Amino acid sequence: MISIITNHWQDLLYGLGQTLLCSILALFFSLIIGSFFAIFEVVPSKTLRIIARVYIEIFRNIPLLVITMFFYVVIPMFFVKVNGFTAGTIGLTIYTSAFIAETVRSGIQSVDPGQMEGSRANGMTFSQAMRYVVLPQAFRIVIPPLGNQFINLVKNSSVLAFVAGFDLMYQGNTIASTSFDTLNAYFVVGVLYLIITMPLSYYMRYLEKRLN
Amino acid sequence: MQNFVNAYSWINFRYLLEGLWITIEVSVVSIVFSYILGAILGLIRYIKVKYLSATVGFIIDLIRNLPLLLIIFFTYFGLPNIGIRLNPIWSSILAMSIFESAMLAEIIRSGIGAVDPGQMEGARANGLSYWQAMWHIMLPQAQKKMIPTIVSQFISLIKDTSLATIIVLPDLMYHAQIIYGQNSNYILPMFLALAVMYFVVCYLLSILSHYLERRLA
Repeated sequence: MISIITNHWQDLLYGLGQTLLCSILALFFSLIIGSFFAIFEVVPSKTLRIIARVYIEIFRNIPLLVITMFFYVVIPMFFVKVNGFTAGTIGLTIYTSAFIAETVRSGIQSVDPGQMEGSRANGMTFSQAMRYVVLPQAFRIVIPPLGNQFINLVKNSSVLAFVAGFDLMYQGNTIASTSFDTLNAYFVVGVLYLIITMPLSYYMRYLEKRLN
Repeated sequence: MQNFVNAYSWINFRYLLEGLWITIEVSVVSIVFSYILGAILGLIRYIKVKYLSATVGFIIDLIRNLPLLLIIFFTYFGLPNIGIRLNPIWSSILAMSIFESAMLAEIIRSGIGAVDPGQMEGARANGLSYWQAMWHIMLPQAQKKMIPTIVSQFISLIKDTSLATIIVLPDLMYHAQIIYGQNSNYILPMFLALAVMYFVVCYLLSILSHYLERRLA
């Protein structure tokens, strides 16, 4: 195990960096997209609600691997060439945004409707009330579930290994197949994943407890 | 357009359905195993045995925070190093069961925790032993609360089975890859078929989960 770390620490570190970079990029974009669809689900317009529902149901019920492979295999045939990292990040963003939309929507709906009515009665428009009154309160409620989504995102980013995204899983697999020391290689990779996900998951549990 | 007609010939379609069958088979066997194991682990977590419960809790946390793909690799490429050799189907079932039983243990623990403690006290006061009360009073009520969540875990299990294509599990994803690998005209039709087939199975299950949530609540 020590020999794997000393011989391959550069590959492992690079993989860890790619995993983190991909997860943070995907989190950033899926937060934006997910919040938009969450708002679409609570606006008065019926068309927007249906659009949001369809988007969320479609991408929640299709495997992440299918979405990622679509961007890696199909898009280059018709449009532009996509490298593994980009395809993986786009796939992760779309997949996660559907889950984040559900999370944020339940947060918005758990804010007392009186808040919205009060702001509207005080002369704010729907979007002003949403932006300044409802959303800040909703986000405070959804921080623990969003943290859990980020943990899922880090774990799901291992799908980059399918499309040569040079993430931690891909590097670990390469090391395993070149050194033949599969058990120890996967053990080291597992520990590296846990270093990211374990503290986060304990912190989120602590936040959840404090909110209740 | 012709590509679509050719791609969905009966032979290809049947091949995809065979893949879907493997996907469902592996998922069902895994969810059954992980339900049993998860119930045992969840109970150990709930009844708070000294040292044992904390250790089990820590192991559950470790597994829950690892990517499933890593566990799949581990069972297929790692275990042969210590002399355990499994075929792709059983390695996937083992990997899914390990991962999913950790997920289900948490669900089952919080399900039992959500039952009113007065139920246990009442049963004990009426002369039932602790395990009788657990088996006849607590678990049936906890199960009602847990079933919708377990169904949605099953949905994510079906989706996650696609990851096992990497160890050549002949599931839906793998069969689609074989078909479009032979003819690049079939790539788009195959992805459409994949999306539709996974969507139909998972969406029907999510409707079932919502229905059960309303029925059992």
